[in-house]
Amino acid sequence: MSSIRCIQLCKTFRQGDEIITGLDHVDIVVDKGEFVCLSGPSGSGKTTLLNAIGGLDTPDSGEIHMDGIRIDMLAKGPLADMRLHNIGFVFQAYNLIPVLTAQENVEFVMQVQGVAAAERAQKARDILKEVGLVGMEDRKPAQLSGGQQQRVAVARAIASQPKLVLADEPTANLDTVASSQLMNLFSELNQHHRVTFIIATHDKRVMAYAKRLIKMEDGKIISDEMQAPILDEN
Amino acid sequence: MSNVSILLAWRNLWRHKRRTWLTVGAMIFSNSLLVFSISLQFGSYEMMIDNTLQAFSGHIQLQHEQYLDDPKMRHNLPEIIATAQRLRDELKLENVGARAVGFALASSSDRSYGIQVLGVEPLFEGRVSSIPGLVHEGRYLEKDSYDEIVIGSTLARNLKIATGDELTFLGSGLDNSFAAGVVRVVGTFESGMPDLDRNLAQVSLNYFNDSFAMRGKGHSIAVRAGNIEAVAGLKASIEALLKNQSDLAVRHWEELQPGLKQAIQADMTSAWFMYLVLIILVAFSVLNTQLMSVLERTREFGTMMALGLKPSNLSRLVIAETFLMSSLGLLLGIAVGFVITWYLSVVGFYYPGMEEMAVKFNLPDRMYPEINPVSLLLGPCMVAFASLLASIYPATRLYRLLPVEAMRAV
Repeated sequence: MSSIRCIQLCKTFRQGDEIITGLDHVDIVVDKGEFVCLSGPSGSGKTTLLNAIGGLDTPDSGEIHMDGIRIDMLAKGPLADMRLHNIGFVFQAYNLIPVLTAQENVEFVMQVQGVAAAERAQKARDILKEVGLVGMEDRKPAQLSGGQQQRVAVARAIASQPKLVLADEPTANLDTVASSQLMNLFSELNQHHRVTFIIATHDKRVMAYAKRLIKMEDGKIISDEMQAPILDEN
Repeated sequence: MSNVSILLAWRNLWRHKRRTWLTVGAMIFSNSLLVFSISLQFGSYEMMIDNTLQAFSGHIQLQHEQYLDDPKMRHNLPEIIATAQRLRDELKLENVGARAVGFALASSSDRSYGIQVLGVEPLFEGRVSSIPGLVHEGRYLEKDSYDEIVIGSTLARNLKIATGDELTFLGSGLDNSFAAGVVRVVGTFESGMPDLDRNLAQVSLNYFNDSFAMRGKGHSIAVRAGNIEAVAGLKASIEALLKNQSDLAVRHWEELQPGLKQAIQADMTSAWFMYLVLIILVAFSVLNTQLMSVLERTREFGTMMALGLKPSNLSRLVIAETFLMSSLGLLLGIAVGFVITWYLSVVGFYYPGMEEMAVKFNLPDRMYPEINPVSLLLGPCMVAFASLLASIYPATRLYRLLPVEAMRAV
């Protein structure tokens, strides 16, 4: 059963007098539990496709279906609800809420979902433990390293038990060790929790973890191949 | 705020401590100023009412029902002294004084002037009027005073007479007979009210009764209440007591002194205009703070929208921040305002020159702010309300945000 289906997606941007193509008739189907990497040079359309799938941006034309629901036609409110309950985001710059602690950042989405205080506190502790941040629950983002912040961001993304995690250049600000740890974490979540991952990256080490590699250029998909993922032994 | 945390709103407030404290400080200053000003305003109105009413009219007057609109001699009340005594006895109230009013031509050896002659009960007049205490030459009337008169200082000057001199008056009695007499000036008073000092003369009610052929009738019974709040209750008691007496009207001070009420209303209007300016200034300060706060967090709001928050959640967050900031300003402002105002309500408040005026016109030498729930809460609550209104604009801006554009904001 397919979880995401994009049909003939087009998106253009205006930059001064110039019209830039973000997506050019993109067709893509991502099944539940897949681990997909979108690769390509800057401006190839990776982030635009992620934003469209995540309902953060609307395509000029085409359709996006998630579990049979056409999300590109949803109004702001239902679209926000869809993101809240189905999608977890991991951003390049972590985008944690600076005034909240690691624990509170992880609890935040659950709180918006209406999860009871005791339940979400326990769940947040468990997830922080799972991502290797025991003892750092009460630290604010500014007191954590880049790798630790990204782990909190991942914990926040998966705390609401999303069907899909969209990650945009998640390792761009991390060193080699932190990148490997993060990708191992993603692989583990994908394998054990059947969470679908779509990761936009131009980092070859990240691509190596993917089961499916989609290459983009000028807003088009130029290749879409399955591959054997390489898992880091660390 | 069902979903978004109050904790987050509170912490957001303190991202820029100095900016938040400046805005809260403006609220504290304006709230404490409003508490003090409104309390002082209420206190000064009470003093103004007391001073005006105690000079002459009293808080309540019993009159013939037509006397207020048509103050003719024939519109009188029978057995005025007995009625006043009945009020004293049955209401256990000493501040009751019967009066009768007539007009006459007063003459000294050199000059003549038209005057108002007021017949009073010398023993009780001091309880309903400040004039007996304002005698600055000679003395006031005594219990058994008969052909004696106390006149205003301006009248004395105009007639060129002094204490101990004789004065002749000629008027018209109740039965249209001549009301004439020769009386000795035993004292002159200075009320500070030009009309009274120029026109008023007081004699004992017994003497007035005989001179003006009143046959025990009079024109009013002045009553002074313990305080302004007690007036309505006292008026109702008097009405209940004298309900069987025909042609009688019990007049509230607002009917007796409509100008005083209008003056208070006019003062209140101009004061509230000033308060409104202050409240608007504070509201703009809040608007500025919250707008800056929203603009600099655009990227963060974009992230929150990406995580699944709706614009309504974000708006409520901004309004919650303003609510917390206003509440802080409200509580601290009321506390500071209360302490200052309470202290001044105990020791009194005065300005240079007030003491001299007070001695001269038998007035209190200090003003005492009156703290009550209205003076304490009205101004600060309006500041809080205006602040919340001011936050609507930055809060509604969030409805225009698109997540992907907001996250690109610098």
